[in-house]
Amino acid sequence: MTQTPILVLLLLALSSAAFYFGRKRAFQVAGGQIRKLHSLPGYYGLYVAIWAALPALLVLGVWLSMEGSLITQMVVSTLPASVQDLGPDKLNLVVNDIRNLVVGNIVSGTPDAAMQAAADRYRELQSISKLALFGVTLAVAAIAGWLAFSRIAPHHRARNGVERIVMYVLIACSLVAILTTVGIVLSVLFESIRFFRAVPVSEFLFGLDWSPQIAMRADQAGSSGAFGAVPLFAGTLLITLIAMIIAVPIGLMSAFYLAEYASRRVRAIAKPLLEVLAGIPTVVYGFFAALTVAPFIRDSGSILGLDVASESALAAGLVMGVMIIPFVSSLSDDVINAVPQSLRDGAYGMGATRSETVRQVIFPAALPGIVGAILLAVSRAIGETMIVVMAAGLAANLTANPLEAVTTVTVQIVTLLVGDQEFDSPKTLAAFALGLMLFLVTLVLNVLALHIVRKYREQYD
Amino acid sequence: MTNPTSPAAPGQSRGERNFARVQAGMKKRRAAETRFRLYGMIAVGLGLSFLLVLMFSIVSKGYSAFLQTYVRLDVPLLEEVIDPEQTRQLDTLRSADYGALVKQNLRDMFPEVTGRRDKFALYNLVSNGAGFDIRDRVLANPDLIGTTLSIWVAADDDVDMLLKGHIERTGPEADRRIKDNQLAWIDKLNAEGRLEKRFNVAFFSNGDSRDPELSGIRGALMGTIFTLIVTLSLSFPLGVAAAVYLEEFAPKNRWTDLIEVNINNLAAVPSIVFGLLGLAVFINFFELPRSAPLVGGLVLTLMTLPTIIIAGRAALKSVPPSIREAALGIGASPMQAMLYHVLPLALPGMLTGTIIGMAQALGETAPLLMIGMVAFIADVPQGIFDPSTALPVQIYLWADSPERAYVERTSAAIMILLAFLALMNTVAVLLRKRFEQRW
Repeated sequence: MTQTPILVLLLLALSSAAFYFGRKRAFQVAGGQIRKLHSLPGYYGLYVAIWAALPALLVLGVWLSMEGSLITQMVVSTLPASVQDLGPDKLNLVVNDIRNLVVGNIVSGTPDAAMQAAADRYRELQSISKLALFGVTLAVAAIAGWLAFSRIAPHHRARNGVERIVMYVLIACSLVAILTTVGIVLSVLFESIRFFRAVPVSEFLFGLDWSPQIAMRADQAGSSGAFGAVPLFAGTLLITLIAMIIAVPIGLMSAFYLAEYASRRVRAIAKPLLEVLAGIPTVVYGFFAALTVAPFIRDSGSILGLDVASESALAAGLVMGVMIIPFVSSLSDDVINAVPQSLRDGAYGMGATRSETVRQVIFPAALPGIVGAILLAVSRAIGETMIVVMAAGLAANLTANPLEAVTTVTVQIVTLLVGDQEFDSPKTLAAFALGLMLFLVTLVLNVLALHIVRKYREQYD
Repeated sequence: MTNPTSPAAPGQSRGERNFARVQAGMKKRRAAETRFRLYGMIAVGLGLSFLLVLMFSIVSKGYSAFLQTYVRLDVPLLEEVIDPEQTRQLDTLRSADYGALVKQNLRDMFPEVTGRRDKFALYNLVSNGAGFDIRDRVLANPDLIGTTLSIWVAADDDVDMLLKGHIERTGPEADRRIKDNQLAWIDKLNAEGRLEKRFNVAFFSNGDSRDPELSGIRGALMGTIFTLIVTLSLSFPLGVAAAVYLEEFAPKNRWTDLIEVNINNLAAVPSIVFGLLGLAVFINFFELPRSAPLVGGLVLTLMTLPTIIIAGRAALKSVPPSIREAALGIGASPMQAMLYHVLPLALPGMLTGTIIGMAQALGETAPLLMIGMVAFIADVPQGIFDPSTALPVQIYLWADSPERAYVERTSAAIMILLAFLALMNTVAVLLRKRFEQRW
């Protein structure tokens, strides 16, 4: 790996040199009279520099990403047939051993002659690949650079060439967003399909029992593992509901107060302070929920004679609600401010009081936007992870009692995927199926909310 | 019209009756008005008081972690323990049993202690790291060997908690972390002036540890810094380039619409889903190292990219078209007008958006859990390929630890995290104020 940076530096140096010579060449072909050139001399330099660096860097990237698997394949094909017939799992172990031999790590078991030979072959291929990589990239850089250099002429449209490449780079950068979505969909979808091969979709969606433990031995008690996700959905909904009961009234009322009543000074202080609540990392809320709020609720519950679980849904929901307040308030604030002043003036002119104007004119006018804001807040609450991981329970309880411990989709994803993993057990794959559900639900909510908000905005623009 | 507030009496005209009715209604309406206003004030007050309670609870739990109880030991640096052959070789000095010196010293201070259990309880008063402190002093100056070294070493976390009043002195002995005989020893040390609360250096200079008194945030902080460096160096150029293309050059068609809807959606996808992506793609498919800041940075890049793109587009939009047109008018190509005239004017706004995105990334925990940055890692990472944790993940890990001393350390780590966030947001606000331009 140490030679890659050297190679990159070398290429950059080559490209800088190409810039210098390209620019010089441009002066030369123009005979010192720049106005004879199509583009500024710097563009000729850039043109050559880009052609010297870009193709070589692409080759380098492709090479590095393919190198490992290609070499492994070539080594595996030379292994004795008895090893090759082992099946993918065991073959993987053998390959791992060979790689360890190559690096000089400790190997499981004593290496036999075939393995040693394979390791030697691996090392040999690696060094060949390294040399070849050096040669090929430098050759590509030199050839492409030279070709670009030889095209320099007074009528050559260097600026257009450079700008076209820059444009492609810009397009590639904006495609990253698409690639991210595709990556998310593919990664959760593939693993989910594997999961649904082991567990039927209907059982996952409608089953009432969630205990994802897979037995180590066949005769172990409770060995089957149950993947009915309804308790998780119910738990998520319960906590989201509690959060919304806190966040919607407080958020909405503060938005109305700050937009319609508060003086400039109060608004300038209170609004940023409320938004601080949204900037606090969720892990901090989780700590607060688990160490301050949950014990407080449990203690006050026992004073009232109520039996409150120490990881009650109420504590997690309450704190999550606090976190969501600024979402509701600042999004609603935007839509309230977007309501045209003429509506307010009309209401005041008819003799309405402020609160009547708010309730009977502004609120109905802003309603679609407020609904959109609340939907976004719900999506946020459903996907929130750290608060529930730290303050909600792990056991899947199917209950509507906010004083009991419930678990959520995100909590289960975290508990299933943190720690030892093997990617062929339904236990780990279940996390991806849950991730798929989470992604789909939040996607629908977001699309709906954005659609509503956008449509609403157009109405008054 | 003599007495407008009087209720409608018989014999009044119709106008008078109506007026009275309106007057009675007014009272109700004014009351409703006051009520509504009050609800609003209560709502704002509740929101602000939540913030206050949260901050107060964190600070009141955490401020004490910046001080740590230290014990003064006068340790005779016996040559026969450290370097019996008098070679003064670095290896010998390094591998000597300094812990034995500390134990010896404790036994000398309390000669009345006998029996394995009692001795063990005595040794437990001083941190396991005491030997290492002495080792460092000896390695720095080998001439100390043979003399008596007076050194302040960290006390055990239970002693620390006792002196800070977080552990009860009374109550049934079996339930207490500190037993009666230990209490007597601690009181004696205290009376001799050998216990002192000093600034907790270890908290800032050490990595994670199983011993609270030895654990620090340096490892997590370095991990966070490496992760953010990766994030920043990828997401800023990518975000700016994407924003420039989408705002300035993209044709209005179905494709660019798709990209736009996509970016808006990605901004609202739960962060844990990005973690799943990182796990499936970067770790399982590309086989990048687990727990490395590189992977964390990649995942956070994808997560913050929408924020930066949206902010970048807003910044580009706020540059007036006249600038663009002027550049085009004197013969610049669209790309030149963009690069040399519009982009420099939009850059402060883009930077503000980037800082806000970075602040988001700094506080993010869930996706890092997915890609294995939750392991117990005692070493301070040296680069983006080393296994590490991040500050928020460290908070999560400590919050789960049962020792009482971790509560204050967690809160202190939160205070540090919040301080960084406040700093970043202040910079963003100042930047916006400084470069805000009205055209």
